[in-house]
Amino acid sequence: MVQYILRRFAQFVPVFFGVTLLLFFITTLLPGDPVALRSGEKKLPPAVYAALRHSYGLDKPWYAQYGDYLGSLSPVHYSSKAGLQFTGPDLGDSISSGRPVVDIFKETYPYTVRLALTAIAIEILVGIGVGIVAAVRQYSIWDTLATLGTSILVALPVFWLGLMLQYFFGIILKQWTGGAFYLPISGASGPVFADWVHLILPSVTLASVSTAYAARIMRSQLLEVSGQDYVRTAFAKGLGGSAVLWRHEMKNALIPVVTFIGLDLGVMLSGAILTETVFNWPGVGLTIYQAIGRRDYPVVFGGVTLVLFVVLLVNLLVDISYAFLDPRIRLGGQAEG
Amino acid sequence: MSDDLKAVEVTDGGVIADVRPPPGSKPPTDELRRAAESRGNRTLYGDAWYRLRRNKLALGALAWLILLVLAAVSADLWVPQHFGKPNAIDTALIGTSRLLPPSPTHPLGTDDLGRDMFARVIYGARISLTVGALAVLVAVLIGILLGALSGFYTGWLDALIMRFADVFLAFPYILFAILLLSVLPEESRASIVPVVLTIGVLGWPSIARVFRSSILSVKENDYVDAGRALGASDGRLIIRHILPNAIAPILVYATMSIGGAILTEAALSFLGLGIIPDPVRSPNAVSWGRMIDDGRMYLTSNAGIVLWPGIAILTTVLAFTLLGDGVRDALDVKMRD
Repeated sequence: MVQYILRRFAQFVPVFFGVTLLLFFITTLLPGDPVALRSGEKKLPPAVYAALRHSYGLDKPWYAQYGDYLGSLSPVHYSSKAGLQFTGPDLGDSISSGRPVVDIFKETYPYTVRLALTAIAIEILVGIGVGIVAAVRQYSIWDTLATLGTSILVALPVFWLGLMLQYFFGIILKQWTGGAFYLPISGASGPVFADWVHLILPSVTLASVSTAYAARIMRSQLLEVSGQDYVRTAFAKGLGGSAVLWRHEMKNALIPVVTFIGLDLGVMLSGAILTETVFNWPGVGLTIYQAIGRRDYPVVFGGVTLVLFVVLLVNLLVDISYAFLDPRIRLGGQAEG
Repeated sequence: MSDDLKAVEVTDGGVIADVRPPPGSKPPTDELRRAAESRGNRTLYGDAWYRLRRNKLALGALAWLILLVLAAVSADLWVPQHFGKPNAIDTALIGTSRLLPPSPTHPLGTDDLGRDMFARVIYGARISLTVGALAVLVAVLIGILLGALSGFYTGWLDALIMRFADVFLAFPYILFAILLLSVLPEESRASIVPVVLTIGVLGWPSIARVFRSSILSVKENDYVDAGRALGASDGRLIIRHILPNAIAPILVYATMSIGGAILTEAALSFLGLGIIPDPVRSPNAVSWGRMIDDGRMYLTSNAGIVLWPGIAILTTVLAFTLLGDGVRDALDVKMRD
């Protein structure tokens, strides 16, 4: 097991470097000069231009710039006077607001976490529930409805679903909701809702596609498992249908579902740009998106690095927990399915 | 099919007489042979087409897509042109027919600039379908090349390409696309090329993975060894022997991916990073995603502006998913859910 974790971790490190290098290449080496972008339409005098480039460290070769960037991520800093010190990563200051990038994300990240956890809760309850019903009642009307519903959900543009939910609850049902769900006029009149109520529509929107996938995986896994010998043995021993389902089938059928949901949590924790934009939800996704529009590179760099780190870390944790759940993997074999 | 027709003959009185031998009697061997010949030596794809034709859902999806393509291609001939071009800005129209509800003259109403929504939805199919198909083509070309190299030459090249794929897949999808598109100059977005390339480049790792595993299983076959023993070069082995037998999963995956590419194009347009056609130079160019983005502000006054393009996206993506499912079942490709 320890060996397995070490091996996974060994894979995590090069991918992290690869991903940060990719980010670095996209933002600094592709056309689009940040200095020219900052100065706008006017052409800068060459001396000023050179000075600006120097102040951002843009005159250094690319590997030195990448080194500076990695150095800024390190939470531990060394100076000859104070020695090693834990100061937290210093990601610089936002160009547009002048605030430290670390502070900006400390403020916005809780919003993303709250949204992600609510969406995951919906995904677990609805996704797994629908999957079980569809599998247990295979070929029934419920199964057909589930297949139809998940197909439609997967084909929905997420942002469109968000807008339509706003329209339905904020405008059509305005009498009851007071328009509180339609953000531009949020809180204008009508009943005032508790904070958590405003979480419902964004989290339903964010959860929609993944819930459909979770339900599909749950269904197909249960159907696959139900044909296996050990399930027949359990029935032959005289166990009832629900005992076989919960004690025998679910144990194995859940593994791929748990993996999917785990990986999805990583994606959601990395900020849901579309959902956050539709609902004006002040999380990391919206912050990064707005920073890209303003060419606020320190915020973009800091935000994307944070997001990448979270995604990779969650993937690593999912891999490790997968090995706990499925002995075939930690013993070096290949997982099926 | 044709031997069934031969088996029944229409008699003079119009009564259909069954001239087939009674059940149980042995048909003449001559007839058996003829029956086998008339069915032809079915190829893999002949068989698949035969199975696909019996899948009503997939056939319906195919019919819908063909209808959509025909409608979009021939739009100049039958969509009323006197309401103005779908992407042009006509100040006279803004005054007279702004935000009209659906009526016989404007079946889907008009948008905030007085343009006919029906024409916009029909013309919108052009960009969405073109971008979807071309982006998947780019992804398939890159993915097949790298996947073939990776699967055929296992070793350091395989490891390098697959780690590269890991890095791409670890990057949050939409964020990656936004970063790539945001570094391009604004003028380049009048054409579909940047969006097509971005979606294509982001799609290659999944295709490469699918193709790699397909190649890994095909290359174990004896006929590949036989080819090698006869002195075929690596290139010939890959192109003549392995590729035709390993391509089926790619066909399935590509069909399903077109829907995904259309959704991504819409999402990017919604975020203001999609295709921004010049209203003067390309008066017919609209995209469904941009229509939704444009209509957001008018959700309260005319929700149809947002509703119809969304339904167009939904049905098109759903059709590609159902068709992909059908192709998968017809080609009997096993894929993860």
